[in-house]
This record gives sequence, structure tokens and C-alpha cells, in this order.
Amino acid sequence: MLKDITLGQYFPMESVVHRMDARFKIIITLLYLVMLFLGQRIYALLAGLLFTVVVTLCSKIPMKMILKSIKPIVPILLVTGILNLLLLDGGDVLWQWKFLKITEEGLHTSAFMVARICLLIAGTSLLTYTTSPITLTDAIEQLLSPLKKLKLPVHELAMMMTIALRFIPTLIEETDKIMAAQKARGADLESGNLLQRAQALVPILIPLFVSAFRRAEELALAMECRCYHGGEGRTRLRILHSGLRDYVALSFILLLLSAVILLNLFC
Amino acid sequence: MPILEAKDLTYTYSIGSPFEKTAVDHISLQIEQGEFVGIIGHTGSGKSTLMQMLNGLLKPTSGKILLDGNDIWAKKADRRQVRFQVGLVFQYPEYQLFEETVYRDIAFGPKNMGLSESEIDQRVRETAAAVGLREELLEKAPYALSGGQKRRVAIAGVMAMEPRVLILDEPTAGLDPKGREKILDQLARYHKRTGCTILLVSHSMEDVARYASKLLVLNRAKIMCYDTPSKVFAQSDALAQTGLALPQITRVFAALREKGICFSEEVYTVKFGAALLEDALKGGAFKC
Repeated sequence: MLKDITLGQYFPMESVVHRMDARFKIIITLLYLVMLFLGQRIYALLAGLLFTVVVTLCSKIPMKMILKSIKPIVPILLVTGILNLLLLDGGDVLWQWKFLKITEEGLHTSAFMVARICLLIAGTSLLTYTTSPITLTDAIEQLLSPLKKLKLPVHELAMMMTIALRFIPTLIEETDKIMAAQKARGADLESGNLLQRAQALVPILIPLFVSAFRRAEELALAMECRCYHGGEGRTRLRILHSGLRDYVALSFILLLLSAVILLNLFC
Repeated sequence: MPILEAKDLTYTYSIGSPFEKTAVDHISLQIEQGEFVGIIGHTGSGKSTLMQMLNGLLKPTSGKILLDGNDIWAKKADRRQVRFQVGLVFQYPEYQLFEETVYRDIAFGPKNMGLSESEIDQRVRETAAAVGLREELLEKAPYALSGGQKRRVAIAGVMAMEPRVLILDEPTAGLDPKGREKILDQLARYHKRTGCTILLVSHSMEDVARYASKLLVLNRAKIMCYDTPSKVFAQSDALAQTGLALPQITRVFAALREKGICFSEEVYTVKFGAALLEDALKGGAFKC
């Protein structure tokens, strides 16, 4: 049932990429995105493909998992592909039927866009595959910490994210339990029209909200009991370390990025 | 014919993933009409999974469940009707209360059964009385009640469907001793009055020893024994090995026997033990 949904798709493995500093991984992913969007021609895609393949091999994540990450966006790919294919005008007309026509330009752009989105998702899901959600929020907090000077509550935001992530599995489990309990009392969740189905959710949502509030209150109390008072002066259990491999990886993406920019300028 | 029968029942969680776990392993058992079955076993012995299969909430990986001899997972079977016949009270059932008033929450089950207003009203009032909820509480919001009261509202919510088999998964967990006793006594009375079949899952040997006419001991997803309490408790060594202790009073009498003070019968309940002792103190015979 609900339990089978994977949230945060962390795929634990022993690999160089998994051991990398999460801050670097985030920066590298951002640079990767920039690279994909800057490149207007095929070489940007090639650079992206090269990066994705190299990182995948280093991370020991099975190729199957990468393909799986693309599956949910197939509808988006289809829409993008078809719209670009039919609506773009330019070059020779390859095929025409009433008002629909496919041009060379359209075919070209459509293939380019679809490939770019695939690479986009594949590359970014590598980040979430190799980094646990908690580490990720930690890294985001540290990357954003300069914004504290602007009075942005960075620590609080990160803490909220961590807590939300922590409680998602708990709430899923709870939903499962409440659903089972109401079904045992004859609640009918599977049949009826839209309105009836929405109404059938009430016996599940109300206990779920009540318990979520109860949990929040208990958690707040427990945190206060342990003298939690925000991020100031707080030390960490896990400190992020950067090392040689992080700089190597950063140089790799910078190299690719500059190659793409140069090719953009001079070709 | 047994009212409820499990045939070679197996349930495996997350098949094909690294977390695969068999919670119920080829269990067969028969439950007769009117029986009060106590079910004991360690955490993770498969009690809750078995209970959820018995009322059709979980579909067994393999095996069959027969209600009155009919397979509840047969193609034409209506599982919703099965759930009205086999009522299941979950652990910590108070977390499932959702209606604005206690009355409406108890009425949720009967309403789903499609009963008439007057029938629902009668059932709500009857079951509320059966679990010891005062009339004036019926119009209160469930969240305004105490923990023990909420628990009783939730139990009444299942009882009101008048299931022929009532399964309760640790109905006394987290309650104080007085609250436990009250709920169990009311349950015993309800059993006597309606003659329905009750399955009581519990951690406490004392509780099941006091009320159950039959005991089902689960260990590591399998049935260790399924018999009358005296026959089950006779295997004290086997029970001890699985980490289940005999009722305290039985252990007291075993200690007395070691000291040379013996009674003719095994003692499983405090009441019976007290009666025996009283007899002995009045000059009845020790037998050793």
C-alpha cells in the first residue's frame, strides 16, 4: 500500500560519490544545470551525457535506477516533444496534414528538448540517490548560512525541513493504520463518485491531523526539555568534510562548463 | 463447523525487497462459535498480522480464511460484509475517533452497514452502556474525553456493528490497572450476554488466563500451542523458552509446591488461588 512509495530516493551504497561532501555535490549539480541550459547545441548534451555516465559509474548506482527516475516525467517529455514538434516553424517541411506540419527545425528542437530534460532529471536524481535527505538539508543549511547576515532564519528553515523529512514515514505508517481501522468499521474508500470519495476521506484525515498536531506538540516539548534554543552555538554530530575528491569533481564539472561556454562563443 | 478457520495461512511483507519478512508462517487453526480465545505472543510474533487477515484487511500471501466455511477471498465474496461479521478493534483505537460527538462516532460502523436510524440509535445506546459510558457523554466531543473513555468509545464503535466474532488487539495497552480490569470485565460480560466469539490479543498472561476459554500461543510466526489454558500452562518450560512467563499466581503456587505445600489443582487466576488458600487455612487438606 502506501508503504511502497519511496520518498527521498536515497540509494545507500559504498562509493566515492556517496562519500563526497554534500555541499560540493549541490554546487556541482547546480553547475551541471547551468551547463545544460547554457549549451544551445549538441555538445552541451554530450557534455551532460558524459558527466552523467561518469558519475553513475563512480556511484555504483545501477543504470536501471537512473532510467527509473525518468519514468515519472514521461508525460512531460511527451507533451514537450509533441508541442515542439508540431508548433515550431522553420526549415524544410517534412510532413503535413491539414494544419499540422512537422518541420526540420521542429524535429531538431523537439529531440533536443527531450534529451535535455532527460539529462536534467538523470543528473539531479544522482544527487538524491547518493545523498541522504538529512545530509542534504545539512548541506543546504551550510550553503545558505551567509544569508543569516540578512536575518534569514536559515537554521530554522533547515530544521523544519529535517523534521518534515523525518516524519513523512511516520505519517505514512499512521495513515495506513487509520485507513485499516476505518475499513474495519466498514468505511468504503474504493467506490462511489468523486464527492462520496472525498467524504470518505474525512474519517481518515481528521484522526491524521489530530495525531500530527499531537506529535508536533510532543516533539516541541521534547526539544525544549533538551534545551533546544535555535541554531546559535549549536554544534553538529556529523560535520561535512571536503577533500581531494570533491575538488577533482568540481574541476571536472568546471572543465565541462567552460568547454561548453567556449564552444558557445566561438562556434 | 467452526465459525472462523484459517488454513495454511502465510503472510509475507515486502516480497522481493531486502526487507522481506514472513510475519505469519503456514498457520492453521479453527475457532468455534462462542469461544473466548486469548492470543499471546511476543512483539513481532505475527499476532496483529494474523488478526488483520482474519477480518479480510490483509490478503494472505497464501492459504485460506473461511468464515462459516466460505472463503472470504473467493471471487464473489464481499469483504465489507466480512468486516461487519468479524469486528476488529485495533491497538490504540482511540486514535481513529473522528466524529463531532461520541454518539456519531459509535454510529459510524452501524451507519456503514446501512441500518435504520432507530436501529442505530438502539445499538449506540446499548453498546455505550455495555462499555460503561454514561448517557451524557454521548453528546460530548470524543477529544474531550479521558484516555480510558476514548478507548471505550472506540471499542463500542466496533461492538455496535454486533459482529459475530470480535477481535481486540491489546485493548488494555497503556491503561492503568483499574482501567484494564474495567474494560476486560465489561468484555467478559458482553461475551456472556451476546454469546459472540471473542479473540483477545494480549501481552499479559494474567489477563488471558482470567478470561479465555482457549489460548493460542504464537512464536516466530508459527503456532506454538492452541489449547485450553490449563494445558497450555502445563508446558511452562516451553513457554519460558519463548520468553513468555506463566501468570504470577501460578508461579506463586509453584513456589509453594517447592516448599512442600501442594494443592490438588493448578492455579491460573488470583480468585481461584485465593479460594484454595482460604479453604486450606480453614483446615482443608494439603496434599503432598
